[in-house]
Amino acid sequence: MFDLQENLLSWVIFLPIAGIGILLALEAAGRIFMSRRLSDRSWRVAGMGFALGNFGLSLMVWQRFDPIDGGLQLVERSAWIPDLGIQYYVGVDGISLFLVVMTGFLLPVTLLASWTDIASRVKQYVFFMLCLQTGMMGAFLSMNLFLFYLFWELMLIPMYFIIGIWGGPRRLYATLKFFIYTMAGSLLMLVGLLVIYYLNAQQFGFLNFDYIGYGGASGIIDTLIPTAGAPWWQTQFWLFLVFGLAFAVKVPMFPFHTWLPDAHVEAPTPGSAILAGVLLKFGTYGFIRFAMPLFPEAAVELSGLVFGLGVAGIIYGALVAMIQQDIKKLVAYSSVSHLGFVMIGLFAMNLQGLEGALLQMVNHGISTGALFILIGMIYERRHVREISEFGGLAKVMPVFATFFLIATFSSIGLPMLNGFVGEFLILLGTFAAAPWVAVLATTGVILSAVYMLWMYRRVFFGPLTNEANRGLLDLSAREKIVAVALTLPMFWIGIYPASFLRPMDAAVSELMRTMEQRGADIASHNGGQSALASLPAETPGRVSWLREPDASAEAAE
Amino acid sequence: MESTNELLRWIPLLPLVAAVASGLWLLFLRSPMPRGGVILIGCGAPIASFLLSIQQVFALTRAVPEKRFIVDRLYTWIGADPFHAELSFLLDPLSAVMILVVTGVGSLIHLYSVGYMDGDHREDRGFQRFFCYMNLFTFSMLVLVLGDNLAVLFVGWEGVGLCSYLLIGFWFLDDHNAACGQKAFIVNRIGDFGFLLGIFLIFWAFWDAGHPTIQFLSMSQNIAALEGRTLALPAWLSFLPAFPVWSLLTVAGLCFFLGACGKSAQLPLHVWLPDAMAGPTPVSALIHAATMVTAGVYMVARLSFLYSLTPVALSTIAWVGGLTALFAGTIALCQNDIKKVLAYSTVSQLGFMFLAAGAMAYSAAVFHVVTHAFFKALLFLGAGSVILGMHHEQDISKMGGLSKRMPWTRATFLVGVLAISGVAPLSGFFSKDQILLGAHVANHVPGQTWLWLISVVTVAITALYMFRLYFRVFSGENRAPAQIRSGIREQGNWVVGPLVVLALLSVIGGVFGMPDIYGELFFGIPDSNSLLHFLEPVAKSVAYDISHLREFLLALLALSVAGLGILVAGILYYFRSDLLAPMTARLEPLYRLVLNKFWVDELYDRAIVRPTLWVADRVLFRRIDVGLIDDVAVNGTARLVRAVADRGLKYAQSGFTQSYVFLMLLGSAVLLGYLVAGR
Repeated sequence: MFDLQENLLSWVIFLPIAGIGILLALEAAGRIFMSRRLSDRSWRVAGMGFALGNFGLSLMVWQRFDPIDGGLQLVERSAWIPDLGIQYYVGVDGISLFLVVMTGFLLPVTLLASWTDIASRVKQYVFFMLCLQTGMMGAFLSMNLFLFYLFWELMLIPMYFIIGIWGGPRRLYATLKFFIYTMAGSLLMLVGLLVIYYLNAQQFGFLNFDYIGYGGASGIIDTLIPTAGAPWWQTQFWLFLVFGLAFAVKVPMFPFHTWLPDAHVEAPTPGSAILAGVLLKFGTYGFIRFAMPLFPEAAVELSGLVFGLGVAGIIYGALVAMIQQDIKKLVAYSSVSHLGFVMIGLFAMNLQGLEGALLQMVNHGISTGALFILIGMIYERRHVREISEFGGLAKVMPVFATFFLIATFSSIGLPMLNGFVGEFLILLGTFAAAPWVAVLATTGVILSAVYMLWMYRRVFFGPLTNEANRGLLDLSAREKIVAVALTLPMFWIGIYPASFLRPMDAAVSELMRTMEQRGADIASHNGGQSALASLPAETPGRVSWLREPDASAEAAE
Repeated sequence: MESTNELLRWIPLLPLVAAVASGLWLLFLRSPMPRGGVILIGCGAPIASFLLSIQQVFALTRAVPEKRFIVDRLYTWIGADPFHAELSFLLDPLSAVMILVVTGVGSLIHLYSVGYMDGDHREDRGFQRFFCYMNLFTFSMLVLVLGDNLAVLFVGWEGVGLCSYLLIGFWFLDDHNAACGQKAFIVNRIGDFGFLLGIFLIFWAFWDAGHPTIQFLSMSQNIAALEGRTLALPAWLSFLPAFPVWSLLTVAGLCFFLGACGKSAQLPLHVWLPDAMAGPTPVSALIHAATMVTAGVYMVARLSFLYSLTPVALSTIAWVGGLTALFAGTIALCQNDIKKVLAYSTVSQLGFMFLAAGAMAYSAAVFHVVTHAFFKALLFLGAGSVILGMHHEQDISKMGGLSKRMPWTRATFLVGVLAISGVAPLSGFFSKDQILLGAHVANHVPGQTWLWLISVVTVAITALYMFRLYFRVFSGENRAPAQIRSGIREQGNWVVGPLVVLALLSVIGGVFGMPDIYGELFFGIPDSNSLLHFLEPVAKSVAYDISHLREFLLALLALSVAGLGILVAGILYYFRSDLLAPMTARLEPLYRLVLNKFWVDELYDRAIVRPTLWVADRVLFRRIDVGLIDDVAVNGTARLVRAVADRGLKYAQSGFTQSYVFLMLLGSAVLLGYLVAGR
């Protein structure tokens, strides 16, 4: 049961929380038997150790992952409440692999970054961060929907406390808004989930929460969800909306985004970094993992809506980011813009768009996480975040300025840095599916340069007018390690993205096949045409926006 | 068909290694590298790259013209079936010409920079940082010209944009410099928007035709498959011209050209280049005159297989180029900052290059890229020498009389001025002559006679503003304050050496592409236009057939027009400078219009920048985001729930036991009644 080879994913999920258990036991033992407490420092060091261990395990998952196989790998499944179809069932595929690795990567980096920043209630802080990690890893890896929902809700609680305890002056408002907003979405999803669970039980004759059937058995994914002719609450359209709303709040998609700037501004640095880096990804992950394959017909039917909101988010987020006075708020709105890209890439529903979107999720996690962590470094020195407080920092903190520049350009999408590869693939894929959407989205390329460079100029360039900035110290050795750790994957993904794209290939193709298959099933069930016929297939000659020469000659006449 | 050579990758990689090494040093070591080390690495890398380029180009020329391809493939950069972008370099005649210019002229400017940046003590790490950026630029520019597909070209394209941004804002403590760098990057990004759309369009079109590729070689082989295809446009676009038959190739060509407009500062995206002069002068010479800004011309020549099939796009390029040449030349007439004059001159000369490319005289365009790199680098470096001599004074109204104090600078600057004015037999004469000839015979361009006339007029204007500059700087009395005047002297060898070499190149540079008639008549060599023939397999220029007499007359006309410009400059700024003041007084409104660069910056500011910011701040953020979405929708819902609880539901929780018991009894009665009635 505790074999590292057999139960690797369980180790990944539960190591952080087991670490908490060990630390709490030691703390209790110390108090009872030696009437001494563990020091804050030992909690921090131990927490860091568990985080690094967790990262190492997630790297092991990557190392053992077989890129040829598009299905679930490293699967573990054991009965939990079998009568209700609830199992402990985890597995990884090309869709979740890098999200897991990125989650594993961000925790130790964030802990190291907040080494001196978080000075009060250190034990609680380590406790919540490690709990959060288990929640996030579990949600990415669960293949039983009950288990998934459990982890999905579990990770809300630590984040609620992280913002609420270590946050800024309006932290209670922000954290409550974050919690209620996401919770409302989640509850809607729970209702939708139960509807599918019921449909599935009706069709297969037994209760089952397994998402992808284990060992040839059926799963939720095999449920035939009608497009018409059933009670309205059982149709793909409404179920997609319900799931979509829950995920759209998390992404967050325009216009469900207003909790994000508040949460980011009030959250402490590690909270912002994990929130932007990982938590937002659950929205987009939910779409690609659940909403799209479960309700493919509705996804195609409503892709216009998603495209519209995605493009609106890209442009609106960028424009609003442009005029922000607070650096964190600016980066928060830039997230709205970047995740708009991810959404349109997903709904392009071709290999380029989907892989680009998956990669962009990782990219956004690294780049925006890096931006928040770097902003945290300057916040720790000055305790302000208004852009107008700064200026000329490149003079006093050249090393910091350099790393910030790299993160800035990674966010802008400069080739040879990570952001470009994802953005390029997304736009390329979207262009084939919906050229006008891609044209509008590509303006984001201009706008991101405007808001990021303008911010960079006001913070780092120009004369050093503010006396308070004159004596600032450049990065310490610890901070340099954090900055380098965050910069390396940016260059890696930018220069050699094949390490990341190749393991996605099989899983994304598998996903597209699943969607087409399910579309065909529904079509034969309805005795009609599948809307998925409009997916650009692998055979040439299918771009809808091109006309053959002879056709144009006729049009000319 | 093509041979591979793994040495090719080192041409761009050597400067990269140098840049990374000195960049890491700056990041992680406390003190900067010693000066000698910086010079050794910073200048050594481009020079080594230059030598390797010569070796590779010789290897290339040994093959027969049809087989002049050397490919060096590293790995698949972005692969998502059917899209594959290889990280791969291609040396063919076009990139051969470009790498020689980039590394050759680039090395000279690196050497010059040693002298120029030596006296700059604004920052103790500045010297090393400068060379780090310059090497990074050289790498990016080489990637740009050596890329064997659109994606790698785009990598270089953005890389040079980044370096341009960093180097324009090199002295970042002055916010003006930083603002100029930012403007350059953003305006370039507008062009990149078009470039990206072009890539998407052309890739999916090739995929649709069964050849999914973005590689130049296979694109040029399969381009015929795309001929005649049109875009299926939505009905709401029916108000646009030529609806519904938009040719795919035309639209793609125009998209790419938008990218070229951004990078090469053509109308209406020219606004960033004059501001880019905020950077150190060697940067202006290398990036904003000799190499990066010609990338757009290079791209058009590189995609000539596409453009040659679409007269509409070609005509657009020709007209935009011609108008930009005239427009920028006019502005250059009235500028008083020595670098601004040269900057507008660069915009104008780039216009000439696009005119040539649009006239399908691709070799003339590339030829002008080369000669322009020689003489404009020379002029900028000369201007840098003047600026150093004048203690960073750039206003030509405070100069004058420098010829005695700075003889080398003056002599080499004069060579540059003569070359750019198109005086025979300097290099500029030959390249400009071919451009005029191309414009003269370009029958596919509507209004071609007018375009030709514009270019002839621009030749005169070019001579006029260049000689104005020359006279204002070097002749007459010095107008600077006395304490500056006494300190003016010639610079050291790091500065003068490159000037002399570039002056020599500006004189003899014409031999590479001397039109056939001169070669035959004066030297008895057939096919003297080696550049035209060298480039033929890659960028096939249009063949024209006009008599030798007519060709001579055209050249004579260009020469005399240039002479006219020089004459006018001589009268106004040398012999009778008293005539100038009454003239500008009479033309006051016109003069102010030109002096203020036709108010284009102000127009963009009022029409685009400010409205965007206003809408973003006042409408989108305050009204919609904070007001509507957050306050009304989100918090409004919360308030609603609260109000319902506060006004209604809370009364149920009164705390009176009597009412609880009463309600409980009531409920039980209802339940009981329901059960009884149900039975």
